[in-house]
Amino acid sequence: MSNDHDHHEQSIWEKYIFSVDHKVIGMQYLFTGMLMALIGGFFVYVFRMQLAFPGAEVLGWGIVNSAEYNALVTNHGSIMIFWVAMPVLIAAFGNFLIPLMIGCDDMVFPRLNRLSYQIFLISALVLIASFFVQGGGFGGAWTAYPPLSANANYNLTPWGSILWLVAVALEFVAFLMGGINFITTLMNSRAPGMKMYDIPIVVWMIVLASILFMASVGPLIAGAIMLLLDQTMSIGFFDPAKGGDPVLWQHLFWFFGHPEVYVVLLPAMGIVAEVMTTFSRKKLFAYKTVLNTAIATGILSFFVWAHHQFVSGIDPRMANIFTVTTVIISIPIAEMCFVYIATLYKGSIEFTTAMLFALAFLVEFLLGGVTGIFLGASGSDIYFHDTYFVLAHFHYTFVPIAIISVFAAIYYWYPKMFGRLMNETLGKIHFWGTVISFNIIFIPLFILGASGQHRRIYNYENFPQLATDGMQNLRVVATMGLIAMLVSQIPFLYNFVTSWKKGKIAGNNPWKANTLEWVATSPAPHGNFKELPTCYRGPYEYGKMEGRKDDYWPQNEES
Amino acid sequence: MGIVQPIATRRSATGILTGKLAVWWLIGSEIVIFGGLLASYIMMRLLHGDWANEAEHTNVVIGATNTFVLLTSSLFVVLSHYWAEKGDRDKAFKYMWLTILGGALFLCFKSYEWTHEIAQGYTISKSLFWSFYYVAAGIHGLHIIGGVVIMAFISFDLKKGKNMHRAELIGLYWHFVDIVWIFLFPLLYIAK
Amino acid sequence: MNFLIEQASSFAADIDGLIIIIAVLAGFWFFVAEFVLFYFIFKYSRKNQAQSEYITGEEPELVKWVHWPHIAVLVCDIVIIFFAVKVWYNVKQDFPQPDETIRVVGYQWSWKFVHPGADKQLGTEDDIEMIDELHLKVNTTYHFKLESEDVMHSFSIPVFRLKQDAVPGRVITGWFKPIKTGQYDIQCAEMCGIGHGIMGSQLYVESEEDHNKWIQSVNGQGETLSQVQ
Repeated sequence: MSNDHDHHEQSIWEKYIFSVDHKVIGMQYLFTGMLMALIGGFFVYVFRMQLAFPGAEVLGWGIVNSAEYNALVTNHGSIMIFWVAMPVLIAAFGNFLIPLMIGCDDMVFPRLNRLSYQIFLISALVLIASFFVQGGGFGGAWTAYPPLSANANYNLTPWGSILWLVAVALEFVAFLMGGINFITTLMNSRAPGMKMYDIPIVVWMIVLASILFMASVGPLIAGAIMLLLDQTMSIGFFDPAKGGDPVLWQHLFWFFGHPEVYVVLLPAMGIVAEVMTTFSRKKLFAYKTVLNTAIATGILSFFVWAHHQFVSGIDPRMANIFTVTTVIISIPIAEMCFVYIATLYKGSIEFTTAMLFALAFLVEFLLGGVTGIFLGASGSDIYFHDTYFVLAHFHYTFVPIAIISVFAAIYYWYPKMFGRLMNETLGKIHFWGTVISFNIIFIPLFILGASGQHRRIYNYENFPQLATDGMQNLRVVATMGLIAMLVSQIPFLYNFVTSWKKGKIAGNNPWKANTLEWVATSPAPHGNFKELPTCYRGPYEYGKMEGRKDDYWPQNEES
Repeated sequence: MGIVQPIATRRSATGILTGKLAVWWLIGSEIVIFGGLLASYIMMRLLHGDWANEAEHTNVVIGATNTFVLLTSSLFVVLSHYWAEKGDRDKAFKYMWLTILGGALFLCFKSYEWTHEIAQGYTISKSLFWSFYYVAAGIHGLHIIGGVVIMAFISFDLKKGKNMHRAELIGLYWHFVDIVWIFLFPLLYIAK
Repeated sequence: MNFLIEQASSFAADIDGLIIIIAVLAGFWFFVAEFVLFYFIFKYSRKNQAQSEYITGEEPELVKWVHWPHIAVLVCDIVIIFFAVKVWYNVKQDFPQPDETIRVVGYQWSWKFVHPGADKQLGTEDDIEMIDELHLKVNTTYHFKLESEDVMHSFSIPVFRLKQDAVPGRVITGWFKPIKTGQYDIQCAEMCGIGHGIMGSQLYVESEEDHNKWIQSVNGQGETLSQVQ
């Protein structure tokens, strides 16, 4: 089958701005996400400086007052989850990879795809606008618990809180649209011969994540409509004085909020699977187990939400049930980690930058995983709830997910995106700088959390037990780590931009990988393949195989 | 803009039409949205027995009529799909418009009902019952409006004989909107 | 046992005990996993292993290396759940008889503490009302009635290992028993607006003698003090 629909020349406008090509849309998501990451990174720089040097003028911002501090913290969280992790992990790589990896020419609904990006872009603009309205940006934490978020008399950000909510709701709509595209594309448009277990894990994971998202976000969309009416018309769905219930929002939020963790975790695990198998030249250990544990985790994640609310006034008996489900979720996740580690067994590991990031994902994520048990066990959560221990825990999961695995993906697929390889030396500087400084930030925060330091406080001097010199020193160390981590991104950005024109020409398959995207030319043209490939085997046929000279066997190669 | 349908859209590894799959997933995500809203409503309703006094003032006659109108329109959309599959463009077109008429009728009744209620002081901020009443029925009404508009577009396609399969797709959606109403009607009108 | 911060309530040691149990079990798995991971990374680097083996991961002799740890994790989970629920039950579900019941009210951005006074009844004339200061008698079992006047707050005393959200429209009961005298922090642990960072109060756990002196000093009658800040 030849690609007969790529006749007319496209204008720049059509090609880059209003393109319906899945790769361009993927890039749009990637660049928007990276830009938002810079904003989120700047926010964290400002408020960490305030924490390390309370009251001092922060370079590039000035003196941070408590309202600004709250807005920075709130929007750092919102941006990193909704405008960085989601668009980059799911939308950018989902869009870029799914059609290429399953061997077809585009998403099934290209225009829906474009619309989803446009709505996403508007949501990002609305969020940024929320910082410049009267009263400033919303500061009621990314969880936006009412009545604080519902009533301007309490939060003092009449417009900021409304815009924040509208932005989040628009973002959800964009991802629902994208999700429908991902799911149907995978179901229907696979290359001939590609059976269920021939689908690359990363594609599975992105699609499972889309399904999880779709199944969990609905109640929160309903909740967002209710909260918006509370904000604008003082209806009182969440106002006890009017018969409403503020805890209802918490249920709606966390019913989405916890599956959301797995919505971003699964694509990251998928990326790591691709990178690890390629660079250890090993078949993925127990493909079906990986898939089953991912599905099991996804299902279980719908029954754990109230572990965020142990001390929030829910019936204490309920906490016991949610402790059981939460601790049980460690089983599929632990199994998944074991299987990933086992994949390295008798491999032949090449330490490219992409591989280093993939391995670092496992190393760091394990710590994020085990510290979660302290919080899932109701008894110890009484103490740790809303302390920096929680904060350090979820950064040990989210940073590997949204930063480390994304870097692995960028270094790995950059050649397919732009036709050139990124510089490995700069890559390694970037890697060690990022990973070491990451630990310097968050190990001290674990210690601070264990000492009782609670979250979202702009200045600890009002708490004598927390205002000690020793604790202040740890805060300074964490801030220094943060600055080091931010500085470490400079070689990356430089590398990313310069390799575009000056990098080594990659060729179609620079890593000798099996999956179908490497059949296309690099960069892949509009329409992806000269001739749409047929799939003959699973994606991870690496290693010493009888009768084969190569240690890999591409999916499209006829035997 | 001259976008040619990609090959991806024409493939069908599952044997199910891509558009149909998409509509099913759309319905799936709508179910959780309405599910979240209705679950919130039910939980609060159980806590507030006094909402029954508010629910007394809903107009069961109009609600029941509207249920009947929507169910009839669902039948019409099935017939439209039936004739579209048979290739009878005119009949498919006619029944699609009868469905649209059903939707329009529903909206007319609804506006009469709401005007009346608001005039009597039962506004969205009267009490939480009415807040839920207007929000749930309002979101449902928006779905009706959306459905009617899309059906109008599809009907002309049917008349020209292209994209005949869309009669089925919009039919699925229309049944879903119907079923939502079948949940809303007892929950908002009848439960006293 | 003092790896966290001081334990000043009767159940603080229970919670710390649970934390230690989890630290040991989870820590064990963490170090095992990290050890194996790093061992593989070095052992099977390209330098040491020029070509990789073809392994599907479905071979029984290999699968058992994943399967048995998997079951062992389950056993650890059950142990953790058991102790977690036990501690939770003691702290949040099973309240001992109180010697005194106090009211704790959070509002933007202070805590108000109401003691029942000499008649041991809340809501009477002789209630002692304090802002941002809580005076407790050591070795006394207290119940508290937690309320909020506006938004969500969270009543947190780290040395007690106590935390409970204050929800507007609800009165939530809890308990604690201070076992150590001293001056400690009371925090608000839930984002509650721009003053969240100053919503700290002081806790004074006093001996019986000192506590009586304090009652004398506020004269045993309804009086609002605002000494802190």
